[in-house]
Amino acid sequence: MAWSAVTTDPIDPARLMARVGGDPQDGASVIFTGTVRNSNQGRPVSGMEYEGYAEMAGEQLAAIVAEACERAGSDRVAAVHRLGSLQVGEVSVAVAVAAPHRGQAFAGARHVIEEVKRRLPVWKREHYTDGQTEWLDGEVVGRVKQATDGEGAGG
Amino acid sequence: MLFAAHRELAGGADRTVVALPEGSTVDALFSELSGRGGDWSSLVRSAAVAVNRKYAARDTVLRMGDEVALIPPVAGG
Repeated sequence: MAWSAVTTDPIDPARLMARVGGDPQDGASVIFTGTVRNSNQGRPVSGMEYEGYAEMAGEQLAAIVAEACERAGSDRVAAVHRLGSLQVGEVSVAVAVAAPHRGQAFAGARHVIEEVKRRLPVWKREHYTDGQTEWLDGEVVGRVKQATDGEGAGG
Repeated sequence: MLFAAHRELAGGADRTVVALPEGSTVDALFSELSGRGGDWSSLVRSAAVAVNRKYAARDTVLRMGDEVALIPPVAGG
């Protein structure tokens, strides 16, 4: 059963894995976690602040998970993105997928993280050890040529 | 609705008010914002827009009560 959430709570990857486990038809499971690194282009980082358009991010993440289910041929896909202030080493995003075969599981997980980076309305501000902060350059969300019902730029 | 770097460009406000004639499109909104000059035109160039929480094309017609958000280049994950 596909699951997704945008939260300010700390992410527990083991709990996320548990959400997709237990189906005897699955021979493969994958967990991806994104964590805050201690440096970016040589500048030492003390933490990261994630801001999001929460209501839309929740809906977009659910849509991305639904797409991943198709790719994985499985409804055992779970993803969570955290917002708020995170320290180095904390998990900002996690994706868990279980499927009959490993190709599907990897493909499903990959789809979620790539689409999160491409279109989830979330922004990050890096905090450096010297006290400075900077909004990181992001991906311009592609423009659709014509409005279509229920489809966003990432659809 | 304004987020992240856009909010800073707008002096910290998380919202801005734009008056448009009925039946205006997203494109008209962008033109109005660009016309404010300075940082607004560069903001518009890299912005996407969401109407009622879905990404919208430039020719989308805006209606009273629509929730419109300017989306700076995204950086999640």
